[in-house]
Amino acid sequence: MHLIQEVAFIILAVVAIWLFSKKVKEIRRNILLGRDEAFNDHPDKRWRNLLLLAFGQKKMFRNPLVAVMHFVVYAGFIIINAEVLEIVLDGLLGKHRLFAEPLGGLYIFLINAFEVLAFGVLSACAIFLVRRNILKLRRFISKDLNGWPRSDANYILITEIVLMTLFLTMNAADTLLQQRGYSHYAEVNTGNFAISSFIQPLLSGLNSESLEAIERTCWWLHIAGIFAFLNYLPYSKHLHILLAFPNAYYARLEPEGKMKNMPEIQKEVLYAMQPELAPTGEAAAQEEHKKFGAKDVFDLSWRNLLDAYSCTECGRCSAACPANLTGKELSPRKIMMNTRDRLEEVGKNIDKNGQFVDDNKALLRDYITEEELRACTSCNACVEECPVSISPLEIILQMRRYLVMEESNAPQEWNSMFSNTENNFAPWKFAPDERDKWVDEMKG
Amino acid sequence: MQVPSMAEMMMNGETPDILFWVGCAGSFDQRAQKITKAFATILNKVGLKYAILGKEEACTGDPARRAGNEFLFQMMAYNNIQILNGYGIKKIVTTCPHCFNILKNEYPELGGTYEVIHHTTLLQQLINEGKIKMKEGGTFKGKRITYHDSCYLGRANGVYEAPRAVLEALDVELVEMKRCRSKGLCCGAGGAQMFKEEEKGTTRINLERTNEALELSPNVIAAACPFCNTMVTDGVKNSEKENEVAVLDIAEMIAASME
Repeated sequence: MHLIQEVAFIILAVVAIWLFSKKVKEIRRNILLGRDEAFNDHPDKRWRNLLLLAFGQKKMFRNPLVAVMHFVVYAGFIIINAEVLEIVLDGLLGKHRLFAEPLGGLYIFLINAFEVLAFGVLSACAIFLVRRNILKLRRFISKDLNGWPRSDANYILITEIVLMTLFLTMNAADTLLQQRGYSHYAEVNTGNFAISSFIQPLLSGLNSESLEAIERTCWWLHIAGIFAFLNYLPYSKHLHILLAFPNAYYARLEPEGKMKNMPEIQKEVLYAMQPELAPTGEAAAQEEHKKFGAKDVFDLSWRNLLDAYSCTECGRCSAACPANLTGKELSPRKIMMNTRDRLEEVGKNIDKNGQFVDDNKALLRDYITEEELRACTSCNACVEECPVSISPLEIILQMRRYLVMEESNAPQEWNSMFSNTENNFAPWKFAPDERDKWVDEMKG
Repeated sequence: MQVPSMAEMMMNGETPDILFWVGCAGSFDQRAQKITKAFATILNKVGLKYAILGKEEACTGDPARRAGNEFLFQMMAYNNIQILNGYGIKKIVTTCPHCFNILKNEYPELGGTYEVIHHTTLLQQLINEGKIKMKEGGTFKGKRITYHDSCYLGRANGVYEAPRAVLEALDVELVEMKRCRSKGLCCGAGGAQMFKEEEKGTTRINLERTNEALELSPNVIAAACPFCNTMVTDGVKNSEKENEVAVLDIAEMIAASME
């Protein structure tokens, strides 16, 4: 019996990890479809961001109550997973509570702490479900989330609740069997634990065989659930629990107001001003034309694509967006979700054809409309709010660059502003000679 | 009152300590001109050696760049940098957060590196150094005032305290909107929105913001950006509160309260 369980466990673990690593490679490949951009300066600041923003969840604390609950779920998730190490080793070696003897009192303390945390996770997830489905906060009922994204969020919360319940029920059955001196459960005696002892009365009427069945079922579902969850991550918004870390490390270190430079255009302007510097003949022919701005995911930086996969669709960006707040089509969260959806579509295209075959679609228009792009005030509220260092603004501005520079597509008023700037050196149609008229008025 | 230009200074063999970058709004917009004049008055009163570029100043290229026209931006920047570097400018003060941001953050990569400060920061320094002295029982003493954060000053560059410190020096009753500092709500003008109609929506951004300010029943809504000033002024007019609530730049408030 033990041997079958061991073999079954090993097969399950190998399959789960193989599937997951395959998907990870796919996501990595997709992210690297973006343009190259260096993000390795100031490693000290980057490690600091990793600690503060990812581990410390600094930005979450802009709303302290939610931050504490989220922190409990996150800490609970990570710390309780230390217990998974024992579960995995028990599974591999066919042991029962491998660490109980060597750790002694510390073991009892740890399991008690895990149980308290598990209860914390369970409660917080229940509150989160209420916030999403009963209290209906604006950012959760937004149409951005219609369909799969809304279900995705609920599935995750329900799964966490189930996993924690399984963990606690397993401990309750186990400790009861220990006390009854049943089979190999008698080998260790941990005593009752803080939370699972409250479940014991529900189970104590059952005979030992049924209890063993419950304990085993909970054990198997718990570990199978974790493996399943691992493989669910890459398809879910919940991928942020992994990608928040690289995304914090690669966070933009420049002031938020700084827009990315375009050296290729800088060069063109330089050649226009000083034609003697422009390359001629063969050298000119060799200069490849890179698309100006972004029409599709390939034109964005890999950093934007990592952003897209890191987004957990929480909607703090859109809740702070002045355009979204006043009923415009723009939603920074949707910009990120669209970018990920398009990138996934491109990834599937590559999986199917071996390389990308033009599908006559693009991020622009098939996913993100001009109207959305034009509604942005570049106020950086979305960037400021994002707990995992995403910049929807960078994507918006890159796409605006494409519209204006590759398609000469701008609202009429902007075209007037451009020509005023060019001819009158101000965005309005004033005579350049009157620029210092106010000085004369002060002389009086 | 004299406002010296760089060209004049150069002719007299002088160099200013700081260049006052006026900006297009400050130069041409009638409302923003008052802010420019107020700030120039302050600079004259404290005896700071400054100059303007006058007719040699041109748009920084901010609205063009934010709208997506990188070509035009690079052209404007190229010309401005030629002029600034030609005069050997080291330090710039500007009354416009958009000019401030672009000169400070985006010109260095193109070869224009200067120390750039916003006028609220300079005002704070002048107050701290005792160079700006307030009148006894100033105009704004005890008045209820709320400060609207400009995005390009606040979130974009982390300048939240200087404008507030200046207001505190006026002995006002400073009240904060719920959305303030890093949570400040945009006035609706940034990202070249100033130069086009808003996209379709349920309300206008400047009304949303102004109503938030009006809920505090302030005497003055203080701003530190000519574009925010325009947007909020329109918002106040829309609520027909222009006789009760003034929209003023911090420089105007200081100029009116100085000895």
